[in-house]
Amino acid sequence: MHELSIAMSIVEMAEEEAQRHCGRVSAVHLKLGKLSGVAKEALLSSYEMACQNTCLQGSRLMVEELPIVVYCDSCRAQRELKLPHWFCCPECGTPTPDVVQGKELEVVALEIQS
Amino acid sequence: MTQPRLVEVRRNVLKANDVLARELRERFRSSGVLVVSLVSSPGSGKTAFLEKILTQLQQQVRVAALVGDLATENDALRLARSQAPVKQIITGTLCHLEAAMVKNAISEWNLDELDMLFIENVGNLVCPSSYDLGENLRLVLMSVTEGEDKPLKYPTIFNSADIAVLTKMDLTQAVEFNEACALANIEAVRPGLEVFEVSSKSGEGIQAFVEYLCAELVSLRRNAVA
Repeated sequence: MHELSIAMSIVEMAEEEAQRHCGRVSAVHLKLGKLSGVAKEALLSSYEMACQNTCLQGSRLMVEELPIVVYCDSCRAQRELKLPHWFCCPECGTPTPDVVQGKELEVVALEIQS
Repeated sequence: MTQPRLVEVRRNVLKANDVLARELRERFRSSGVLVVSLVSSPGSGKTAFLEKILTQLQQQVRVAALVGDLATENDALRLARSQAPVKQIITGTLCHLEAAMVKNAISEWNLDELDMLFIENVGNLVCPSSYDLGENLRLVLMSVTEGEDKPLKYPTIFNSADIAVLTKMDLTQAVEFNEACALANIEAVRPGLEVFEVSSKSGEGIQAFVEYLCAELVSLRRNAVA
């Protein structure tokens, strides 16, 4: 359960940005890769906890989950994995360790109310 | 009330850790230290394996170890029997190590006097996967008693590893461990991942792994010169 410490980092980051933009944060937009090691549900409930008694209290965390995308050397193309524990091309079956998307844990935008 | 403005931010949530990890990696590189971290579930034999490795390596190179646990100094005491410098990191309630803890723990050590540093993470197959510690190699350990499908159940950590180590190989028969199945599962979550099979009890595979690490150290030093 490291989602709480991650939620606290998100809140801290959003507080900094809110100060820079002189406003109150009403929503945080986050990109979350399926291979980030962070569970969405746990993060959402942790976020609520982390927001308590901060200026983000009552704000929403909007999570965009990103699927795992690998590069297939045989097809010479990027392919989306259907299962997180089967690292091979869904088209031709070639195993590939080459992850091009899925590890993201990134705050992309904030909704700020002035 | 006015409409909220959408402000683009694009900030990595773990940036603070990543920045520290990069800084640590640079320090390790400039001192020529090979840094190896160990992750696994609790009880898969990280400490027993590390004790063997440290004892063996001690005869050839200068080694040290950091070991993370929620509480007690038991593991540090066990590892200290190898005569290597060892420091316990007590995380309290935290389920993983972070780069800042490593930085703090090595603050009194002179890295130039080391060849290899081992970092034993808290026993946990979930959280440590997100945190870069500045290591060169991340080992994921899995004991034969845990079931062949462990890699499929915890794909993130197996995918993030550089080497897999199957431990407690002496128990293979007793638990009817299906080795081919386990290897296929590791290959499924991380194609091409190198696997070592060891038993800390019988000593099987320990020498081969020690030789592997020494070869890694040599190539690290060679690359540093080049």
